[in-house]
Formats: sequence, C-alpha cells, structure tokens
Amino acid sequence: MSLLEASIMRADASAKEQTLAQPGDPAYALEARNLSVFYGSFCAVRDVTLPVRKNMITALIGPSGCGKSTLLRSFNRMNDRVPGSRVEGGVFFHGQDLYAPNMDVVDVRRRIGMVFQKPNPFPKSIYENVAFGPRINGWHGSKSQMDELVEASLRRAALWDEVKDKLKQPGTALSGGQQQRLCIARAIAVQPEVILMDEPCSALDPVATLKIEELMQTLKQDYTIVIVTHNMQQAARVSDYTAMMMMRPDRAGEMIEMDETKTIFSRPRDKRTEDYVSGRFG
Amino acid sequence: MAAEQSVKRDILSQDLEFRPSPQARRLRSFIFLILSNLAVIIALGTLIILIADVLISGTPWLNLDFLTRADSRFPNRAGIQVALVGTLYMMALTIVIALPLGVMSAIYLEEYAGKDWTTQLIEVNINNLAAVPSVIYGLLGLQLFVRWLGMGRSILAGALTMALVVLPIIIVASREAIRAVPQSFREASLALGATRWQTIWNHVLPYALPGILTGNILAASRAIGETAPLITIGALTFVPFLPRDILDRFTVLPILIFNWTSKPQREFHDIAAAGIIVLLGTLLLLNAVAVLLRAKLQKRY
Ligand SMILES: Nc1ncnc2c1ncn2[C@@H]1O[C@H](COP(=O)(O)OP(=O)(O)O)[C@@H](O)[C@H]1O
Ligand SMILES: [Mg+2]
Repeated sequence: MSLLEASIMRADASAKEQTLAQPGDPAYALEARNLSVFYGSFCAVRDVTLPVRKNMITALIGPSGCGKSTLLRSFNRMNDRVPGSRVEGGVFFHGQDLYAPNMDVVDVRRRIGMVFQKPNPFPKSIYENVAFGPRINGWHGSKSQMDELVEASLRRAALWDEVKDKLKQPGTALSGGQQQRLCIARAIAVQPEVILMDEPCSALDPVATLKIEELMQTLKQDYTIVIVTHNMQQAARVSDYTAMMMMRPDRAGEMIEMDETKTIFSRPRDKRTEDYVSGRFG
Repeated sequence: MAAEQSVKRDILSQDLEFRPSPQARRLRSFIFLILSNLAVIIALGTLIILIADVLISGTPWLNLDFLTRADSRFPNRAGIQVALVGTLYMMALTIVIALPLGVMSAIYLEEYAGKDWTTQLIEVNINNLAAVPSVIYGLLGLQLFVRWLGMGRSILAGALTMALVVLPIIIVASREAIRAVPQSFREASLALGATRWQTIWNHVLPYALPGILTGNILAASRAIGETAPLITIGALTFVPFLPRDILDRFTVLPILIFNWTSKPQREFHDIAAAGIIVLLGTLLLLNAVAVLLRAKLQKRY
C-alpha cells in the first residue's frame, strides 16, 4: 500500500478536512520508507512504509514476533547494537535518512528518545537518573539550572509530587509505575522530539498503566510518540493512528494497514486487522 | 477407536510388580555418607593439623621486633621486615601494572570486539595463559625484563613478571563482572545519546567495579603467594637491607620462609612458622575483603 493510497483512503473515510500528506510532509515527525530490517539473513521487517505524524500518538500493533520492536528500534538505530543487523530503505527525520552514512548515531538517539518494556532506571539517585542525559550531552547549566531541569522533567512525567522529597534516593527503590515515569522523565530531559515506547506498560499494574496512558496524552502536546502495544484496548484508548503489523509466511513482518485509530477499530479494510482487533486472532 | 484400544492394551494398563529392596538401598546411601564424611575429615583435618603446627611453633616468635627486623644469620635476631616490605611492594606494583591492562583488555573484549575468529583466538589464549605454570612466566621475565630491558633482579622486573602471571586472572574476572551488568543499562544510556565510552565509563564500569576489585584482590593474593617466577628471575634469598626504590634488589615472604626452612637450625624452622602466620594472615585478610565485596556486588541490582 502506498502512502498516497493510504492518504486518499483516509480522506475518503472521513468527511472532515484531511491534509493529504505527501512523503517529506512537515506534518511527519518521522517516516519509514520501504524499510526492511534484517538480522543476518533473516528478514524481520519487510518493506514497511510508515509515516509518523507530529504531536500524535502512533500505535504499532500485531501478534507477537511480527517485528514491532524491531521496527521501533530501527527508528533510533538501537538495532545497530545487534551484530549482523542491517536495514534496507530508510527512516527519514527532518528530511534526512537516519541511516545515511554521515549520520551521527549519538545525535539521532538524543533527538529520538526511547522508553523500554521493563523499567530500567540506573542504580543511581532519582536526581542523577534525570541529570545524566543532559550532562553527557554536553549541557553546561549551573547547579541551579540543573535542579530546574530535573524538576521540570519530573513534573512533565507526572512524578515530581511523588519524589520531590527523596531525589537523593535510588531510582530503583520506586514502584514499577514510578520507575517507568522516571524513565520517561529521563528521556524528556534531553529534549527529544520523538519518544519511542516499547510496550511501556506491560510490566505494570492497571493503575500504573492508566497513569502512563494519561501522561502520554499530555506529553503529545510537546512530543511525537510511537508506542508498541499488545493491548488492543490501550491502542484504542491512547493512540491517534494505528499501524497493524502481521507476519508473512516466511516470518518477515509487514505492515498490512495503517489508519486513524478509530477507523482501524471500527471499519478496518483488512480482514486480518478486523480479526485481530476484535480478539479473534493472535 | 483404534487408538483408544491400543492405549488400553499398553504396558501401563497391566499390574506392574515393583520389588524395592529398602535394606540394600539404605545400606548404599549409608556407605556413601560415610565415605563423603571421611573425605571431608581428611581434607579439613590435614589443614587443621598444618595450621595448628604452624601456630604452635610460630606464635612464640611473633612480636613487633620480628616484624620490624631485617634478616640475620642468627635466628633470634632475624626478622621479616625486608621480605614483608618486598612483598607489599611487589603486590602493589603488580596490581598497578596489571589492573589497567587487565581491565582495559576486558572492556575491549566485552564491549568492543566483535565475535569473529580473532576474538575467539584471543579468548582461547587468555584461558590457556591462566593455566601456564608460573615458572614459565619466570623464564620469560628473566629474558625479557632482567636481561633485554636491563632491569636486573629488581622489584620492577619481579612485578612486571608477576603482572604477566596474574593478568589472565584479572581479565577473566573483569570480563565476568562486565558481562553481569544488565544490557538494559547500556541501552538506556545509549538511548539518551551517550556514546559507547560514556556508557562504559558512567554505567558499565561503576556497576562492575565490585566484581573487578574482587578479581584484582584475588590476583593480589596470588601475587603474594607465588614464588617460582621470582626465584627464576633471581630474587635473592638473603637481603639484609630495605629496598631503596623499585629498581633495587629485593626478597619476598615466601622466598624468605623457604630459605629459613632449608637451614639446619631448629630456631630457623620456628621463625619460618612465624613468617607463615604473617603470610597466611595477609592472604586471609585479602580474601575476606574479596568476599565482602562480592556480597556487596550481589546486593546491587
Ligand atoms: N536480536 C535479534 N537477533 C535475531 N533475531 C531477532 C532479534 N530480535 C528479534 N529477532 C527476531 O525478529 C522477529 C521480530 O521480533 P520482534 O521485533 O521482537 O517482534 P515483536 O516485538 O513484534 O514481538 C522475531 O522472529 C524474532 O525472533
Ligand atoms: Mg516486542
């Protein structure tokens, strides 16, 4: 399915005015174009073209093993860490291919942050967890400016009130949900434009999950969010756009459909999407 | 239908006759119990007798004078000061040389090297080096440091040789400690825009530190106990003066003890026992520190 087709269908589907975004459109924060990701000779993601809209939440859904994490991790070149991994096609960010030879991976990762499945705060104080990112990226704020930055980040991650009296305590002593919000605060502190989240709530209880979901709604005013989730209700609740992925017979993952979330959940075009979102599959 | 019938007729549907022989089984486990107890008693007993013997003959000689006097031809005037200082010099210098080399090698192998055949070759070699008899390192040290590099029979030559002996220990222990740092910390750090080195310096090394230190302490205690390589490079047996610097000649505790025990006078054998107590005490102390650090490591995450 080409981008254009998708856009036209979206325009058809909704009577409201829709921008017909083209490749390279400034409405896109990030754009995978004909992206394939390989682990050695195994193709985990095949020919995915996926636009990620600015200040929106885009959800990646699909059965387990279909390449959601792989696709997400190719958006900040985290897959570079896997020996033998390589990509074909490209991921475009401000009109530049992240995989261009002269691209600075370190800078890419600062501007496209990531929150992981299992909360992974550093075994350091809450303060140090947040201050680490700005510091290693060469931010030379004074002590009081750093305090301010730490506070602002924790506030945006809706964690400040809970931790303001124990900033010196280890981040690992917090509850799971608080740890995950600390990880979000840590990511925010380096001023990313995009935040990638790989099943950020799968290790959390329902209350903590709800907190993170609410937080995402406020975060999207300032950031673009891509979230991988295996939880259909979560995708329906939080995301604006949903991309449905599926494994092909050769086990390569492909994107079979992408649309506004409400369309995906009410009248998907693909039968497999309908089966999946209604719980009859995977 | 057919499957059902075959299930009905299989061996599990017959009455099997089990004939356990409880007496024979109990007897066998009893014999095994006796044998394993015996093994423990022999091992521990030997150790206890050895230590008791050393303590009985050595303790009367153990006093401050003994620690602060140089060696002498007369047993009641001989002390271990020179050898003790030599041992401490050796240990410190060995670690100063081997620690950075070992830790950097470990970082390279764990964090930078790919998994190709050169890495495998290096890995196999390091593991083999750990098993090479130390006297062979002594021969290498004799030729390389003492002769070619003209260091003579100095503390420096000894420490460099000893560094070669303990390097594999440090590398293996440091690699294990580095590998035990969860990948999730590396990913979290890299995802914030940290470089590889920033990630290693700020996260991998600090979290691996207790394990790395443990490895280094074990290496230090090995360096204290090793005698063969130092004898090979020609450390002296009788040194009545404290070394002035690291290029001076030296002796160490195990060599002094060996020297004393090979003398005919009975008193020398007793002060050798006193020397052994000091050596064992130092080793015990180092190992205790290592155990404490390891306990701290386990609490970490
Ligand atoms: N590091 C890796 N090395 C090799 N294969 C991998 C690696 N990570 C994931 N894969 C494979 O890629 C496919 C997609 O995995 P993943 O992206 O984790 O799927 P999902 O997140 O949708 O469950 C799977 O078949 C998986 O086995
Ligand atoms: Mg996944």
